[in-house]
Amino acid sequence: MSLLEVNDLTVRYGDSAVVDSVSFVVNRGESVGIVGESGSGKSQTALSILGLLPGNATVTGSIRFDGQELADKTDQQLDAIRAMSIGIVFQDPMQALNPYLRVGQQLRQILLQHELANGAEADEKVKKMLGRVGLPDPERQFHAFPHELSGGMRQRVMIASAIICEPDLLIADEPTTALDVTVQAQILDLLEELRDDTALLLITHDLGIVAGRCERLLVFDGGRLVESGATTSIFSSPENAHTEKLLAAALRTDRGEIRAAANGKTVLGVDNASVSYRDKSKERLVAVTDVSLSLREAETLAIVGESGSGKSSLVRGLLGLIPMRAGRVVYAGESLEGPVQFRSAAQRRDLQLIFQDPASALNPQMRVQTIVGEPLLVHEAAMSADARKESVASILNKVGLDESYLRRFPHQLSGGQAQRVAIARALILEPRILICDEAVAALDGSVREQVLELLNDVQRDTGLSIIFISHDLAVVRSVSHRVAVMYLGQLVEVAETASLFSRPRHPYTRALIDASPIPDPRVAPASAPLKGEVPSLLTPPTGCVFHPRCVFAQEDCSKKQPGLRRFGGSRVSCHRADELEL
Amino acid sequence: MKKSGGILLFILVLAIVGPWLSPHEYQDTNFGEIFNAPSFAGMHFFGTDDLGRDLFVRTMLGIRITLLVAVVASVVSLLIGVTYGAVAGYVGGRVDAVMMRFVDTLYALPFIFFVILLMVAFERNFLLIFIAIGAINWLDMARIVRGQTLSLREREFVDAARLTGVSTARIIFRHIAPNLLGIVVVYVTLTIPQAILVESFLSFLGLGIQEPQTSLGSLVDGGVNQMEGAAWMLLIPAALLALILMCCNFLGDALRDFFDARKAP
Repeated sequence: MSLLEVNDLTVRYGDSAVVDSVSFVVNRGESVGIVGESGSGKSQTALSILGLLPGNATVTGSIRFDGQELADKTDQQLDAIRAMSIGIVFQDPMQALNPYLRVGQQLRQILLQHELANGAEADEKVKKMLGRVGLPDPERQFHAFPHELSGGMRQRVMIASAIICEPDLLIADEPTTALDVTVQAQILDLLEELRDDTALLLITHDLGIVAGRCERLLVFDGGRLVESGATTSIFSSPENAHTEKLLAAALRTDRGEIRAAANGKTVLGVDNASVSYRDKSKERLVAVTDVSLSLREAETLAIVGESGSGKSSLVRGLLGLIPMRAGRVVYAGESLEGPVQFRSAAQRRDLQLIFQDPASALNPQMRVQTIVGEPLLVHEAAMSADARKESVASILNKVGLDESYLRRFPHQLSGGQAQRVAIARALILEPRILICDEAVAALDGSVREQVLELLNDVQRDTGLSIIFISHDLAVVRSVSHRVAVMYLGQLVEVAETASLFSRPRHPYTRALIDASPIPDPRVAPASAPLKGEVPSLLTPPTGCVFHPRCVFAQEDCSKKQPGLRRFGGSRVSCHRADELEL
Repeated sequence: MKKSGGILLFILVLAIVGPWLSPHEYQDTNFGEIFNAPSFAGMHFFGTDDLGRDLFVRTMLGIRITLLVAVVASVVSLLIGVTYGAVAGYVGGRVDAVMMRFVDTLYALPFIFFVILLMVAFERNFLLIFIAIGAINWLDMARIVRGQTLSLREREFVDAARLTGVSTARIIFRHIAPNLLGIVVVYVTLTIPQAILVESFLSFLGLGIQEPQTSLGSLVDGGVNQMEGAAWMLLIPAALLALILMCCNFLGDALRDFFDARKAP
């Protein structure tokens, strides 16, 4: 008998079915991946198994867990099954943990509620569990509030709460999407390690995550299960067109496209830039320290690093959105001074930014036409309304949206369409430099491909220079000419893309490369290359900022700052760059 | 929304047209017909008061003035409050600190003291009441709007506008203000009833509307004194006041949902 049997499951909201006659089984101890793009019904399926769908959803079909039909159960009976036999890990642990309860209390409640332990015994059990999920110093973390923990640590607590009752089935819904790649690798390792004989249902949009970790895959598209089978066979010979599309998007590094070579002229230079903030207690927090970079014409320069590495602060500083504490930005021979509102119209027009989240970057109260046309209103005040409308329509056309989109509001657009609108707004003034701050991170694989393709076309046609901020090394590899790696506000390595990936010279670069999941089931996932998490910017490590997490660290590393040194075409900030073979 | 809007509209039309349909004038006293119960015979639909004045006409007049005071006071507080709050919130820093301390200072002034000062310094008139009520309400509005603006300011579409070079005024009025609409509408529907109540309170103290002019608030006050003998003097204006307040609240709820629907995915 299978552990979980889902038969002909359909979930409807009103007349629209978000999950449409889905049937699958999960056996005991098996790991099954559910993959699909957003809106494919994968999370709805998981929620219906748990009985957590909102009241206006109608569920038909049968869900049998361990031989019992879940659809017939009352909420109370379901509660018991959920708690004892099914564990769940959500995407965002901050949402899933109660901010007013200490971590230990929350876990303790689970045990007390189900009478698995009480009093001191429960405390003991919770502390042991916190230790098992890799929280350093469980005694202390027991009394910590969720907001005192980092994202990765919170997700560990979430995992602890999911497995503390020793469930038979663990459902993980995009458990690592909100986390950095290096932490993602740690969490995935942890799930694998703690699983033992628990069955795992891993829901994700990232084929790289499931490739080496799940035995079987279920591919969802538009609420239907379009393909299922062993992971290896789906990767080697997908039968469904949609699966092929997903795979193609995941394996984009094999696109093998020849990119326009960047010509040598420097268009933008950043010299010794530093950016700092003051936090609530007025303590200075240095987000970017002494970074120097240059951007050449028609070049794509990628900036990579974990969250907190200062990549966004750097570009916000150079754009003048936040003040820079020190340093100089030189554009076209002129120094860019001060906040953006004091810069000349020409300077503003030539530097444009695309944000990560198109939903937040578009004013919800404006129509697409107004949003995209606004830069013209500012910079081409003489332009007639008709001419403006025409050029808005033509730029929308260029990004692949027809005239019917002109009158729409942002909420009437999908994520991909909204990002296109944002790109159209940035491109309508024909800037020389475009800064993409995680511009494709929120998009599904296939949409991401289209957007990258679009940027590539624009660059080829107009010689646009692009600064591409991303944490996704696979994307970086396929779009950029050069890569700058940042860690804790410092530049640790700058190199040509090809040489950076084939011969990284900084241990951090190596770790980032190793941490990104490889969408190939034949490659066993390497265990997480970096232990621990990014230290606080308030108390940066002495010497080389990376030394506490570096496996090659020597005594010297904690005392002296290495500084950037040249190695061939690259600049590296590591004491041992010349001797290490990474 | 349609129902409450319809009822409000009906009341408004009645208040404007009603007095013409009646043979009586609002200020005419008739000591032969004091405390007449509502009847069609003498064309006193709502009865008469202690001076024999026709209550139907007086109530209609009261509705006009009450709604006028409420709407004008709300518009005054809306315009001042939104502008002030949005500017303080968006500009931030020292400007914000100075502007909000000014608001705090005004808060510290006792309202009645402030109104009495106004009444003494200037001649007592309508306009002054509007200003007095609006001048109190905008303080709350400014605080609410400033708080919202502080969070809207961090949204990326504001950064995008700044990068493009959109002027600060345009950012505040075209980008920030429309996004405040939801909360502002809700707050205005709360200020309208509040303004109505403040107005009747002032009238009761003799600082508001002066006889023979009247408002719903002063009619209710008058009715309270006579409620043992002539209950209609209290019940009719009070019921109308309650109906108007309820319609405002329902309308506000509906309007908020309407504006929110745009943002929902």
